[in-house]
Amino acid sequence: MGERPARDRIRDFFEVDCGLSAEEAVAEAERCMQCKKPSCVRGCPVEIDIPAFIARIAERDFRGAARIIKEANLLPAVCGRVCPQEVQCEGACILGGKEMPVRIGELERFVADREREQGLVIPPVAEPTGKRVAVVGSGPAGLTAAAELARDGHMVTVFESLHEPGGVLMYGIPSFRLPKDVVQAEIDQLRGMGVKILTNHLAGASIPVAELHAYDAVFIGTGAGLPFFMNIPGEQLNGVYSANEFLTRVNLMHADRFPEYDTPVRHAGRVVVVGGGNVAMDAARVARRLGARVTLVYRRREEDLPARRAEVIRAREEGVEFELCANPVRIIGTHFVTGVECVRMEMCSLDDSGRPEPSPLKGSNFTIDADMVIQAIGQGPNPLLIRKIEGITYGRKGNIVVDEEGRSSLEKVFAAGDVATGAATVILAMGGAKKAARAIDRMLREDQRDR
Amino acid sequence: MYRVIEAGQLADRIFQIWVEAPHVARHALAGQFLVIRIDEHGERIPLTVSAVSGDLVRIIFMAVGKTTHQLSALKAGDFIRDVAGPLGKPSEIGMRGTCVVVGGGAGIASCPIIARAARDAGNRVIGIIGARNAGYLILEDEMREACDDLLVATDDGSRGFHGFAADVLKEVIAGRKVDCVWIIGPAIMMKVTSEVTRPKGIRTFVSLNPIMVDGTGMCGSCRVQVGGETKFACVDGPEFDAHQVDFDLLMQRQRTYFDEEKVSLERYHEHACRCGEGGHHG
Repeated sequence: MGERPARDRIRDFFEVDCGLSAEEAVAEAERCMQCKKPSCVRGCPVEIDIPAFIARIAERDFRGAARIIKEANLLPAVCGRVCPQEVQCEGACILGGKEMPVRIGELERFVADREREQGLVIPPVAEPTGKRVAVVGSGPAGLTAAAELARDGHMVTVFESLHEPGGVLMYGIPSFRLPKDVVQAEIDQLRGMGVKILTNHLAGASIPVAELHAYDAVFIGTGAGLPFFMNIPGEQLNGVYSANEFLTRVNLMHADRFPEYDTPVRHAGRVVVVGGGNVAMDAARVARRLGARVTLVYRRREEDLPARRAEVIRAREEGVEFELCANPVRIIGTHFVTGVECVRMEMCSLDDSGRPEPSPLKGSNFTIDADMVIQAIGQGPNPLLIRKIEGITYGRKGNIVVDEEGRSSLEKVFAAGDVATGAATVILAMGGAKKAARAIDRMLREDQRDR
Repeated sequence: MYRVIEAGQLADRIFQIWVEAPHVARHALAGQFLVIRIDEHGERIPLTVSAVSGDLVRIIFMAVGKTTHQLSALKAGDFIRDVAGPLGKPSEIGMRGTCVVVGGGAGIASCPIIARAARDAGNRVIGIIGARNAGYLILEDEMREACDDLLVATDDGSRGFHGFAADVLKEVIAGRKVDCVWIIGPAIMMKVTSEVTRPKGIRTFVSLNPIMVDGTGMCGSCRVQVGGETKFACVDGPEFDAHQVDFDLLMQRQRTYFDEEKVSLERYHEHACRCGEGGHHG
């Protein structure tokens, strides 16, 4: 079924990728070599038995395929859409050397969508253990930990400060990449497993830290919600947004449908987005859909863009202009933004990540007209809760320090996802949360035996 | 869903609502705020926690925009879709000696809870409340009870002292030693009034009310300049050292959605007219 043409999709927020038809899925599944030692599985942070579910698709047993995926991952419709498969399962696929790797992501999504259309099967949960676990945050990490722990028979309560659960899946990723009903359905499945989700509850405030400690275990998955600003002159002007604010206004609050929805967002003719990651691409593509001419300013080269390749291509197709090797030095305007002064960047010696260190080229300043600027230069862990948890060790960047199984410096307190690793991907957060959930389950069971 | 237990009008365009929200009421302290979303289509707006009683929280607001007009139409038994909180840092009360709590207009809503907390901490508390005229004055009795002394001012002299709260504050600090001042009201009132205490270097707090979305430090919409540094009012505040705040910037940023707010309100009034009963349609 493929992708919708760019000229259609920039008019709305419906999904860009239409997914596979059953015939296409079966044909794609038949390409799988069914390797004895599958490298794709090793490339999957949540260790889905990929060849097994693909084999079921080839046999047209789509429900069976769904069951296999959900043993390892309860958010397959999300992961099938937003995982960077090209550097994970598909990147490891043996076929990738000679031809195209099997489109594992599309297959995962197909199976998940198919199951949702026909009614999600709530996964079975173990006998109740009587243990209570508090999960803080309902983004990818929190939802994964909650699902795994509920499956193990523990009583899970999730605390979410916003009015909708889902974290970045709801406020951050636009619906043209991840439709919100898809997220809702996977969350409803968790509720069906007995997970209690309390929205409007800010842990550390609505639920004091002492009350959290009264649970048998605490899992913290509060993400990286604190937006960074560049700290350049003019940043306080009206019309300068963090990507978090811009995306939250549109994705969560539906500002694209103002005044039908009460939350406004500035309707700009020309938008400058600063940054080169997935969040920057999302912001740029949302701004295009709101009707603006959009220029994305990134300080390094095309090949250094940290965003997924496919998203860069889609952004270009949708008419996002790229101003590469450039960096803003000042935002211009009185009260409202009127432009961004940038400087050309020269690529110098490689840094630790293998990317060139950019440095400004003297006298190369130029101005881009803009009535809106969106800064998508990264975000760090929100310190709100962490600072209130006495005795927890956190790193220089505010991240909770954990071992490889998510244990923090405090007994019974675990953390995973961006709050532990710094800003990363949905699937890495889920992988970390799954490991932490296993460690929590083990701890709770040992606890039970000791009595 | 959070149930409205009591709703009513306090003064010209100023309303109060008592809403059942145990998770906020049980933990809220003076100076903190909450965020409400009235219904599925609503925006998230911050409002000060004006009082708590058991599982109930009181909010007080002036009907100026679409959301506050819609709120003002709520009756006991209605519901507010979302109430999140308590948010922000509590007031830095402490034992300071003599405190003055100054409220202007709808900002008076935040004053009794601070005055009470300050008095409970052992301070002598003087209250000053001011409004355009007697018809806009709220919570006079409550403030009288919460403070050791209460002074009232109206711009037109229709009640109490004829003049601004700032003028009254000037006299108070001229007459006695004052150790700490809170000023809460519209940005322009806080800007003008806090100049009164600057020459004497009296510790002065203001509670800032920029535009917010999440209220938990996630979006940066509420960023303000304090002492030349960028702060997020939602998590670093809402109270800041008055003498360090860039009020002009605060007022500039408050006007970001001026046009949109007008559109939204006009649309609401149009709709309210068609429905024929003050916009309230459950």
